[in-house]
Amino acid sequence: MNALSRRGLLKGAGALVVSFSMSRAFAQEGEVAGGAPKEAVPELPGALAQSPFLDSWIRIEADGSIKVFTGKAELGQGVKTAILQVAAEELEVEPRAIEMITADTGQTPNEGYTAGSQSMPNSATAVRNAAAQARALLIGQAAGRWSLDPATLRAENGSVIAPNGETLSYGALVSSTLLHVEAQPQSPLKAPDQLRQIGQSMQRIDIPGKVTGGEAYVQDMRMTGMVHARVVRPPSYGAQLQAVDTAGVDAMPGVVGVVRDGDFLAVVADKEFRAIKAMRMLAKAAQWSESETLPDSSALPDFLRQLPREDGTVASEGTPVPSAHTYEASFTRPYQAHGSIGPSCAVALWEDERMTVWSHTQGVYPDQKAIGEMLELGPDRLRVVHREGSGCYGHNGADDAAADAALIAQRFPGRPVRVQWMREQEHGWEPLGPAMVTQVRAGIDASGQISEWNYELWSNTHSTRPGPAGALLAGRHSAKRFAPEEPELEITKSGNGDRNSVPLYVSPSKQVVWHFLKDMPLRVSALRGLGAYANVFSIESTMDELALLAKTDPVAFRLKHLEDLRAKAVVEEAATRFGWSNEPLPQNTGRGFGFARYKNFAAYCAIALEAEIDPISGRVQVKRVVSAIDSGQAVNPDGIRNQTEGGILQSLSWTLFEAVPFDRTRVTGIDWSTYPILRFSGVPASVEVHVIDRPGEPFLGSGEAAQGPMAGAIANAIRHATGLRLTDLPFSRERVRAALMQAAGTELTQNG
Amino acid sequence: MAVTLRVNGKEQSVETEPDTPLLYVLRDDLALNGAKYGCGLGQCGACTVLVDDKPVLSCLTPLMLLEGRSITTVEGLGTVGKPGPMQQAFIEEQAAQCGYCIPGMMMRAEALVRRNPDAGDTEIRDALEANLCRCGTHSRILKAVARARDLKRGGGA
Repeated sequence: MNALSRRGLLKGAGALVVSFSMSRAFAQEGEVAGGAPKEAVPELPGALAQSPFLDSWIRIEADGSIKVFTGKAELGQGVKTAILQVAAEELEVEPRAIEMITADTGQTPNEGYTAGSQSMPNSATAVRNAAAQARALLIGQAAGRWSLDPATLRAENGSVIAPNGETLSYGALVSSTLLHVEAQPQSPLKAPDQLRQIGQSMQRIDIPGKVTGGEAYVQDMRMTGMVHARVVRPPSYGAQLQAVDTAGVDAMPGVVGVVRDGDFLAVVADKEFRAIKAMRMLAKAAQWSESETLPDSSALPDFLRQLPREDGTVASEGTPVPSAHTYEASFTRPYQAHGSIGPSCAVALWEDERMTVWSHTQGVYPDQKAIGEMLELGPDRLRVVHREGSGCYGHNGADDAAADAALIAQRFPGRPVRVQWMREQEHGWEPLGPAMVTQVRAGIDASGQISEWNYELWSNTHSTRPGPAGALLAGRHSAKRFAPEEPELEITKSGNGDRNSVPLYVSPSKQVVWHFLKDMPLRVSALRGLGAYANVFSIESTMDELALLAKTDPVAFRLKHLEDLRAKAVVEEAATRFGWSNEPLPQNTGRGFGFARYKNFAAYCAIALEAEIDPISGRVQVKRVVSAIDSGQAVNPDGIRNQTEGGILQSLSWTLFEAVPFDRTRVTGIDWSTYPILRFSGVPASVEVHVIDRPGEPFLGSGEAAQGPMAGAIANAIRHATGLRLTDLPFSRERVRAALMQAAGTELTQNG
Repeated sequence: MAVTLRVNGKEQSVETEPDTPLLYVLRDDLALNGAKYGCGLGQCGACTVLVDDKPVLSCLTPLMLLEGRSITTVEGLGTVGKPGPMQQAFIEEQAAQCGYCIPGMMMRAEALVRRNPDAGDTEIRDALEANLCRCGTHSRILKAVARARDLKRGGGA
């Protein structure tokens, strides 16, 4: 592992909350600043840099039991299993010998958010190295007891074994201080050919419970004396509570109490359905003033382009060479929802002046800070524990539900309060993936090489996560009225709205500007891939247009403009496995290709697909998809396939179906009929994912690599099938039909 | 009002308001996790259970309609220690990401293969149209149901 590049990676990770110890912070500054260099301080791998003590990650008891701690959360992406595998590998124990403890401010390291495909690069890397160092310490202990050279000893199945066959168990070797040491920069990692767990498609440890009705989610928690709460949210972003008569609700069966705090309104009942009925009654009793705060959704791109903006230069490199042909286009992406199948939920308990919150948040420590600010509770009095929820794909209502539960629970000491959001609340209040506009002008020279690349994007920030109490709905709506943080333009290596806005492809000049929009009329935040989805869609659409201008096959055109051998390898793998060719296809059927290296430094993903367009209805049916992904050393290949298949199908759903509707006052996409998503009839007949394993290379993460390439591949297949370059997402039936009719009309006019 | 149900083969008397949807009876009164709240509107299928072998949206079905009926939830298909064929197939295909929609998928699929043990791929796909998955696990779900059908046909478990 290249430790220096890992540091660069961490520094660029905008969403990651890091808390260096002071000495390490200075050490890092010294390296970066250079100046009068002292002895270089070597880097610690992954998140060990933030939490260097081995026993922050691994604890072994005298009875031999082993606990592994990660500050990352299982979100359905399989990270708990993958981290278990790397720990078992380097500790030389069976996976079942390890108990995994995930994100919990009371127990685990602070690893910020579980986001950005960073759990494998940061947490799994830390655990793997910590486990290898722990093994070495245990072997060292045994060597001392036996007065033998540690090099003659080996670890196996929870014991250290001497050449004569004598064994000492880890439990017998460990002491309370053995692992309470800071990690070393170098770890005795097992060689790639010695691996037994890493690289195996171990079955996920959470699936058996989930398919048999086990207590798998925060929604399933049932604590003694628990009560059920429902929040009555304002009908629109700008609404204010004018009056509410709670007498009728108070008298309803099972109602424990009504909570009003400013514009925050909730009801608590002994049973869940009673809470729902009381919520409905309370909603009827509440009088709100509403105002028109939203833009005209039918002219969204124009609205975004005219908003006040701050410009950030993402890239300004090289000088263009003269173009023989240029291509110019603008692409748009609407507001899109996370749309978790299970609306957000949390349980909170206020007891002995201390709060515990169980939440499916992506960030237990950031929530501890935000909820703590809201309730004026220091970290010693507030613990946030991760419990799984429905898949989130970014910043959904999880943190808000956690804050709701905490705010309510403080009024009912000693009673666990379970808050379950309703469907319309999740759809209506979750922070959406921001709408975006992009503008590209690119060219090719006479030899068919890219001659220039000019790109602009208009977008809000893609992260308004907690941190501050104003990031929480309960914080904003409560009488204290915590204000949302002013968003700030920041150009980082990993990117935000500008993520993947600089093409990986070779060009003599690349000019990329982010027109950063501060006004956020709709609530927005991180949705899987951030800006990479719209940026890669724009870039990959443009690449196909340039390939057409160059009269070159689109796959060959991409290969011609890639220098990175691993990038070329995934493009070639996807094309070969797909059977990419220029053979004619049946009428109305097209091939499309898309590629990106996520963040330009993480996983490589290429996608080839075939789609059929029904010219009458405008329906786009993706028939088969073949992809290749390289996310470094593959810990669990089936886990990578599962994540990539999921990314492909979710991106297909965004790309063909999804746009959040709203009028001038309210978000009107509040359920699955007003915000339709992919159903089984739209699922391709086959989705193949080919994992390119890179033993010995760093873990790159996999969760978000497919989103952008899939959108590009679909757009390119439609272009191939129909000749139409569609630039506005989503490619709904109505839109495709209208474009086809318009094209047919133009043709008639021209021919007539 | 007390209503008597047979839930996963066991007689249960439930004393609660008669308009309470079955979903909350299962989760709140009987402490069963399998049926999930997804929308409460009959749009997503996460709450699907079997009533007398037919798939039913438990979020929309009030208790008062269910006197004497037989309810099956995912807990009735097997256990972690002894998973039934539908559960076994979903584990073998690793057909879950977050897994929240999966019990509803399994119950709808269970109804299909009980009704039609030879259900083909098109019938499986059609049957599942009513259920939403957001993680994009659809391909694996289709494979898992086909595998479950084969396991059942082969007389497995």
